[in-house]
Amino acid sequence: MTVEGIALVVPGDNVDTDVMYPGAFLNIEDPEAMAPHLFEGFDPSLRERLTGETILVVGENFGIGSSREHVPIAMKANGVRGVVGRSFARIFFRNCMNLGLAAVACPDAVDAARDGSAIAIDPSGVVVVDGRRFPVPAAPALLTELAEAGGLVAWTERELESR
Amino acid sequence: MRPGDVVTVRCDVVMANDVSGPVAFRAMEKMGATAVFDPSRVVMVADHFVPAKDAKSAELQARLKDWSRAHGVAFYGQGRGGIEHTLLCEEGWIVPGAVVAGGDSHTCTYGALGAFGTGLGSTDIASCLALGRFWQRVPETIVVELTGSLGPFVAGKDVILAVLGRIGVGGGTNAVLEFAGPGAEALTIDERLAVANMAVEAGSETGLFAADATTEEYVRDRARFPWAADRTDEDAEVRERLAIDLAALEPLVALPHLPGNVAPVSEAAGVRVDQVYIGNCANGTLTDLRQAASILRGRQVHPDTRAIVVPATQAIWRAAAAEGLLDVFAEAGAMVSTPTCGACFGGSNGALAPGENAVTTTNRNFRGRMGSPEASVYLANAWVAAAAAVAGELVHPRTLG
Ligand code: SF4
Repeated sequence: MTVEGIALVVPGDNVDTDVMYPGAFLNIEDPEAMAPHLFEGFDPSLRERLTGETILVVGENFGIGSSREHVPIAMKANGVRGVVGRSFARIFFRNCMNLGLAAVACPDAVDAARDGSAIAIDPSGVVVVDGRRFPVPAAPALLTELAEAGGLVAWTERELESR
Repeated sequence: MRPGDVVTVRCDVVMANDVSGPVAFRAMEKMGATAVFDPSRVVMVADHFVPAKDAKSAELQARLKDWSRAHGVAFYGQGRGGIEHTLLCEEGWIVPGAVVAGGDSHTCTYGALGAFGTGLGSTDIASCLALGRFWQRVPETIVVELTGSLGPFVAGKDVILAVLGRIGVGGGTNAVLEFAGPGAEALTIDERLAVANMAVEAGSETGLFAADATTEEYVRDRARFPWAADRTDEDAEVRERLAIDLAALEPLVALPHLPGNVAPVSEAAGVRVDQVYIGNCANGTLTDLRQAASILRGRQVHPDTRAIVVPATQAIWRAAAAEGLLDVFAEAGAMVSTPTCGACFGGSNGALAPGENAVTTTNRNFRGRMGSPEASVYLANAWVAAAAAVAGELVHPRTLG
């Protein structure tokens, strides 16, 4: 399923999960209640620019640090549809895959994107930015399976049912 | 199986805490899972907001306990546990060769005991609880060859800071850091814990020490599971090799706001210090407390500086009390806390005001990690942190009068 949206550039490299969702708010477990704290320690004004069809455009090693899933959960709760980055920190990338939030590493697409660019993430291995197509390496089979299921919750549910 | 392949890995132990656990339980319910894969291999630890800082935190801890009781799994609450990673090693949950899935990024600490411990998010943990396995990209290997032995005022913390200074916060991505050589064998378990703990700060999956006689001695009387030491395959591909001579290291600090901004403490000397925090899963061990006490014994914390000491577990707290260390801290004017994650992640128990500087033995100095985004955190070993408490500024411990 192709994910389409409008670019919002999150500037900088090594943006960590602490600034995106500070520790003081980790005592919250309801996604709707997490949403208002996204980007709190980084740039809270970014939150106001999330349109419900946003695709975040991010730098190198995005999402370093804590494993807190509150970050991608709060992104989804704010209507973020996907993330295109130069590269991702391991656990953040996992969390996106598991939550069914499209995350693709594609430096050329990041270079081409501006705030407001129209972006499409095509799971067959292409990121489209304002009509320009940028190929990305095909995802390993298991990750494709996960994406097709819509994330790890549905994938695990299916595994349990097939027992 | 080659690096880059994505495979599923069986878990020997699954762990979560008062922050990651409740979020995982919600996901598990959505998966339709009603039981855990093996209750004897699941452990829950309340440590982040312990003792509860407010009603919401108390609710999370209650949920963690109730869920643990309902599923028949181990639960460590306040007064009986401590910070998860130090605690799980101490309590024999971690054995060489085990695969440990932890709902916390510093699960990489278990590499100190030769286990593949790796940090996962809550949905991953939910799936591990239900199925007993998780997906994993086969990592590459970075070998860190250690020679020599640690000099005065140099600790395990400086070894990993030296690695971070060389490869940076992204340099270990998609790789395991493997510590080898005579210098690695010479490190105690507490020093190895400090080193492995910050592997994730390089972006690595885990930081591994091959199990040896030191590991065997530590694990022997605690192990909850049978174990056999795994060795890295002789023909394993190595992506990169680093060599570090421990004898040539000096005390280091990570400057604000990234663990990879590493400099010798002498280069940062003179920075005013408002708070010192000695604790956390990396450096709240008895070794750290002894190092700090050796500096604070007979000295006073600077009148303009606050010092907080947080033994990582209840057992360490008691051992420190029995050795008289807690009294050394109290007499010097430091505050001694009960075991907790506390201010390490800005949860409670010592947050920083705007414009303040802190020297901590923790593992992250991201902007806002310990409170105000306008505060600055310097990461260092326990000697350096204690010396900063006395001097009221960053100093090389050897320069204290
Ligand atoms: S002590 Fe700090 S780094 Fe360690 S588990 Fe707790 S919050 Fe995380």
